[in-house]
Amino acid sequence: MNPSTRNLSKQRRAAKALRSNSAYHATGIAICLFFLAPFVITFLASFRHGTEARLPPLPPWPSSGISIDSYLSLDTFGAGIWQHTINSLLVSLATVVLTVAVSLLAGYGFSRYRFPLKNVLFVLIIATLMIPFQSILTPLFIILAKLGLNNSLLGLTLVYVTLQLPFSVFMMRNAFDAVPKEIEEAARIDGARDLRLLVRVLLPLVLPGVATVAIFAFLNAWNEFLAALILLSSNDKYTLPVLMMAVRAGRLGAVNWGAVQAGVAVMTVPCLIVFLLLQRYYMRGLMAGAVK
Amino acid sequence: MTGSGSKTLSPQRKRRRRSGWRGLVYIAPAMALVILFFVMPVIFTGWMSLHNWPLMGGTRWIGFKNYVRMFHDARFMSALQFTAYYTVIVTIAIFAVAFPLAIFVEKQRRFVSAYRTIIFLPVVVGLATASLLWVWLANVDSGFIGPALKALGWVDKSPNLLATFDSAFLTIIVMVVWKIAGFTMIILLTGLQAIPSELTEAARIDGAGRWQRFRHLTLPLMRKTIALALIISVTGSILAFDQFYIMTSGGPQNRMISVVYYIFNQSFVSFNLGYGAALSIALLAILVAISIVQLWLLRVGEERP
Repeated sequence: MNPSTRNLSKQRRAAKALRSNSAYHATGIAICLFFLAPFVITFLASFRHGTEARLPPLPPWPSSGISIDSYLSLDTFGAGIWQHTINSLLVSLATVVLTVAVSLLAGYGFSRYRFPLKNVLFVLIIATLMIPFQSILTPLFIILAKLGLNNSLLGLTLVYVTLQLPFSVFMMRNAFDAVPKEIEEAARIDGARDLRLLVRVLLPLVLPGVATVAIFAFLNAWNEFLAALILLSSNDKYTLPVLMMAVRAGRLGAVNWGAVQAGVAVMTVPCLIVFLLLQRYYMRGLMAGAVK
Repeated sequence: MTGSGSKTLSPQRKRRRRSGWRGLVYIAPAMALVILFFVMPVIFTGWMSLHNWPLMGGTRWIGFKNYVRMFHDARFMSALQFTAYYTVIVTIAIFAVAFPLAIFVEKQRRFVSAYRTIIFLPVVVGLATASLLWVWLANVDSGFIGPALKALGWVDKSPNLLATFDSAFLTIIVMVVWKIAGFTMIILLTGLQAIPSELTEAARIDGAGRWQRFRHLTLPLMRKTIALALIISVTGSILAFDQFYIMTSGGPQNRMISVVYYIFNQSFVSFNLGYGAALSIALLAILVAISIVQLWLLRVGEERP
């Protein structure tokens, strides 16, 4: 092979690589368009004028100036959008705090202590994963009523915490298992015991696990629909997804699509932000769940 | 509490026993929640299913009559049938999209992690939110899909996608694939990445083509991952509710009533709580059976690595 043909073949190979590379990224961009478009169209369309809300989003961006008309009309449903956003936030944040607290304690107990029936109890918690919560909603409704927690955000929160427990306890037990026992021994000798030991010494070491548990608890509580639909009965208690049913049903046979777009935006943005900020911990949890 | 010095054996044993009880204290809150909001409701569901249990007024023991009624309930049977149909179609659709995507994002190239993140985005929003979004996109007058097709000149008149069974079903399938494919993709990706690259390299050197390598190397080695993704997709689809409730309200001619939707209607619209409980037990039995099959499938995967 003389130098000139070698050079030519190298060039050809480079051209081929370039072509396959651009084909690859063209496909990638097309795929991303499909997965992003519904979000982008909704966000843009939600800032159109009230008069445009009924028209198809062609083009999706506000063509006669940005306005928050859609958000204002969303505010006329139920007890106002602030109230329902606060309801959703209260339930989600309380679910996060309680899930983290309960699963931190349980994970520590299962990882570090020996007690009667330990394995049976652990399997019992994990086994609840097998049973769909959709099949126990009626008794949940009745039990909550007996406890005086029907139609209450606290009752809904407790149900959400319970639904998070199998995954969370599993995660936290693994997190504690990964902490060397020597650290604990050293802290014990320094006089730290029980809860103080757990919070001051061990909590910083299992923080990644806590982050994972917290993200899943937040997203699941924020997004959950069926249990909220059944367990909440008065207007002012509704979380966002339940409120949106009133918007979806419309008034006098006409659906205010601007309010639908605004509602979708309000429900979507927190999820996307939480995910994008804490993606690493989310993926860890997904992998842990997948390998389980 | 001074007993860190071990003078005799008995204080130590005593301490261990006490620490045993302390362990129970740590797990007590979790156990209380699980028992109160999970174990008791399951038992209670079984108990209710043996009663005529209206919302108001007295309950009456009727033995297994609810179950007998269930087997003669044509609407429940059609709900089962529809749920099975949906589960099969949507699972095939999700895999048909997610598998190529997983192979696509497995490569180590620039922007691949951005592609992965973007494809995954719909997974983190709620199914109810996604249904709401797509019911707008699919709307005949104010939506995006129909009017866009018309603007492109592909159709004369914007089609009402949610008006007929087939087009509404197709819309829901597309929505669910958009929402879930990223999740299945990530699960399959972990399986793909676990395949040692020396193996694929060796097969390539032995002259195996791309399809041959996929068929005889990738697929068998991914058996466990595929089984897992399959189970997650199947169990999730059997429990489908949000999309049918929000997007079609049970669909044209009530043909899109899934099992959970039917239970919801019986329990919380007609208030036949006892009958709803019997249906719930049936659903629960189906799901537990699938979980058992799952454990079995995953074990089979272990025997043949």
